[in-house]
Amino acid sequence: MKHFYANLYTWSAILAVVFASVVGDVLLSRAMKQVGDVGALRRRRGLWTVIVRVLSNQNFVLGVAAMAVAFFSLLFALSWGDVSLVAPGAASLTFIGNAFAARIFLHERVDQRRWIAAVLVAGGVALLAG
Amino acid sequence: MRLQPRRSPSKPEFQVNLRKYIVLAGITLFAAAGDSLLSRGMKQVGSISLNHLQSAIFAILNPWVAAGIILLLAFFASYMTALSWADLTYVLPATSLGYVLLALVAKFALHEQVSPMRWAGIALIAGGVGFVAGGPSLTSHAHRERLEHLVEVDPAEISSEVEV
Repeated sequence: MKHFYANLYTWSAILAVVFASVVGDVLLSRAMKQVGDVGALRRRRGLWTVIVRVLSNQNFVLGVAAMAVAFFSLLFALSWGDVSLVAPGAASLTFIGNAFAARIFLHERVDQRRWIAAVLVAGGVALLAG
Repeated sequence: MRLQPRRSPSKPEFQVNLRKYIVLAGITLFAAAGDSLLSRGMKQVGSISLNHLQSAIFAILNPWVAAGIILLLAFFASYMTALSWADLTYVLPATSLGYVLLALVAKFALHEQVSPMRWAGIALIAGGVGFVAGGPSLTSHAHRERLEHLVEVDPAEISSEVEV
């Protein structure tokens, strides 16, 4: 029973990591699409403008906050579970979660090619740490 | 995305050029190198307990940790740069190439044993990245239209942008 609760804690923390990093990635991606091509912007207006525009973007700030939550959830997950389960588990589920989230919230055309890629990469990450 | 005049709509949209591949390579290299340096430094520092968070501040003084943090900042900058012109589902597989790089470094530079299962993992990741890399880098039309609205430059400036 103790084992069961340890597992439950670990998996809840892993899901928290996945959720927070997917939210963070979506917000950061949206922020950078709002800022626009930073290479072109830098050539036009200089590096300082790029930095100010990125840092003052609300989605960017929220995205970084979500990434911080993901980082601390990862610390909790690591304190409850084995690193060989937590790290690949969180990383591969994040790939799958991001494919869904990018399609729904960012309106990216996640075609068959990208689905296969998400599944392959998720599987590969899981195998690497295994 | 390069700001192109509308007269060339037949060109493959938002073709990823050499400079963009360099940014994607930067994501991979900085993430892998940053993680390795951080991991090496933290092994010297030892484990940090939640009751002694001040020791986390001293960890930054370790040169390996400091170098790792600088490289991870470089990773974050290149990641943000890539996201400014490519889809999230296009950029993310590139970040996973770092794992492959780490395994190759472990095998050929550190002469560590890489198990068949890890080689299988490397093959899967490489295959996945290959799948995405062959496709378009930006597909979100809603955002692109908004981007075109947001661009407040005069046409003269745009034509000077088309150099590469």
